[in-house]
Amino acid sequence: MPNRASRLSLRFLALGYLAAILLVPVGAVIWRAFGDGMAPVWQAVTAPDALRAFWLTLLIAAIAVPLNTLFGIACAVVLVRQRFPGRRLLDTVIDLPFAISPVVIGLALILVYGQAGWLGSWLAERGIQVIFSLPGMVLATVFVSLPYVVREVAPVLREVGTDQEEAAWTLGASPLRAFLQVTLPAIRWGVAYGVVLTTARALGEFGAVTIVSGRLAGQTETLTLYVENRFEAFDLTGAYAASLTLAVLALLVLLAMTRLRKEGR
Amino acid sequence: MSILVRDATRRFGDFTALDDVSVEIPSGSLTALLGPSGSGKSTLLRVIAGLERPDAGSVEIDGRDATALPPQRRGVGFVFQHYAAFKHMTVRENIAFGLRVARRPKAEIRARVDELLALVQLPGLADRYPAQLSGGQRQRMALARSLAVQPSVLLLDEPFGALDARVRKELRAWLRHLHDEVHVTTVFVTHDQEEAMDVADRIVVMHHGRIEQVGGPRDLYEHPANAFVMGFVGPVTRLGELFVRPHDLQVRLEPNGTTSEAMVERLVHLGFEVRAELVLHDGQRVQAQLSREEAEELELARGQIVFVRPSRTRRFAEAPTV
Repeated sequence: MPNRASRLSLRFLALGYLAAILLVPVGAVIWRAFGDGMAPVWQAVTAPDALRAFWLTLLIAAIAVPLNTLFGIACAVVLVRQRFPGRRLLDTVIDLPFAISPVVIGLALILVYGQAGWLGSWLAERGIQVIFSLPGMVLATVFVSLPYVVREVAPVLREVGTDQEEAAWTLGASPLRAFLQVTLPAIRWGVAYGVVLTTARALGEFGAVTIVSGRLAGQTETLTLYVENRFEAFDLTGAYAASLTLAVLALLVLLAMTRLRKEGR
Repeated sequence: MSILVRDATRRFGDFTALDDVSVEIPSGSLTALLGPSGSGKSTLLRVIAGLERPDAGSVEIDGRDATALPPQRRGVGFVFQHYAAFKHMTVRENIAFGLRVARRPKAEIRARVDELLALVQLPGLADRYPAQLSGGQRQRMALARSLAVQPSVLLLDEPFGALDARVRKELRAWLRHLHDEVHVTTVFVTHDQEEAMDVADRIVVMHHGRIEQVGGPRDLYEHPANAFVMGFVGPVTRLGELFVRPHDLQVRLEPNGTTSEAMVERLVHLGFEVRAELVLHDGQRVQAQLSREEAEELELARGQIVFVRPSRTRRFAEAPTV
């Protein structure tokens, strides 16, 4: 048992670090946003471009999160339950978005889907524009938030094992029914946790989306891009107000996560 | 309903779990698959259930070729060592699962579940969740769940393996009793010879993916086909080339023409019986099992010289592998 002084100093270090790195800057954003009272904040938040950025951010998350949830569950099942050559490689590749800088991911997407890219020119001939429009931004967001569901679900799935699903089979349930009614409920906390993390990541994505969006104000601008746009235009109230919106969204996600943690016990 | 497995082989990579196994399980019997771990007994059970596909060979259930049938359509109930309870469902929902899949009417499901709850002695626990039950209760719930759909065959994979010794004994007697009542062809896997002898009326002894012998408990004990079976189904001690059950080794104080001299090295008192560990003059160690009265009459003590003679022996071609 460490003595009282060392326990206190350890606690001070942990909390102090948290305050300096996290709480003070986030608090400062909120403080500055309301620096001139409520009215300018409300005006900035409800400005047409800000609203469009807000809805675009939600739209992208609403597409990317379900995609990554479905893919993540399927991928976790493959990783945990199947043995095949290349499984370890797949296991490593899944984590690529953690390792590669989002800016590089954005550039890579342009290489493939851009006007001159391999797939891009083929798609362009068919009238589908990926880069500088919504599909590209969704792709970039899917890419950067890909590993979360897989990484949350895989260990839970491993722990649950296959006995319950096999029991359901012998009771007459089809493989799909057995998975949906027996295995999915058993791994639901892992899935929910993965979805929350994916959502948080999708809302906050900046680097990859910056590159592929072309940053067309009012068209391909998400909230994070809008914040930077306002900041560069010396519209600090606008920047802080949009940041505040992002912070509130993040807070909601964080609350959802805390709730899940409690219920998952 | 009878089960017939023909020439079943199953490999996992380099490991051969089942090596050309053929066995018949008669309708209505209570059969144990007995063997050490890795002997292939669980794989054989899973092949019968359709949870494992054999690389070669066939499975017939009730005269119908089931080799290509998925587990859903074999009419088997399967009970797992670790219960495989559906944790997010109540006991009632667990037991009703198969009936709901079969789209039985609600009233019928309710009545059937109540009947099964009574059968497995869990009335009043219908609305509990598996986490609120003891291990023994969970396994009885799992058994009721598998019986709900009226399977033609009941398969149990080490059903008592995760329970403590007292509950295990209770459930054994209970399974035996249940089988007398329900009469469904039952196969259970165990590595415990005492459990197999206690519960089953037929025992299939397996080793290295092969079947060593099939027979009744007494049959196996009295007439083992080989050294492995003799060693696996009961205690055995060796006298040169001969295999002897320790209780078939007679101990006396006077020599006669056929006895060998031995020294008492250790005496172990196990309630009503006494185990004497003896050293023969050539250094070989043997065990003799005596009743307490016999041991007292001989006034056995450590270091004493005695004379032993086996009353029944067996000789096998190969050496024992246990």
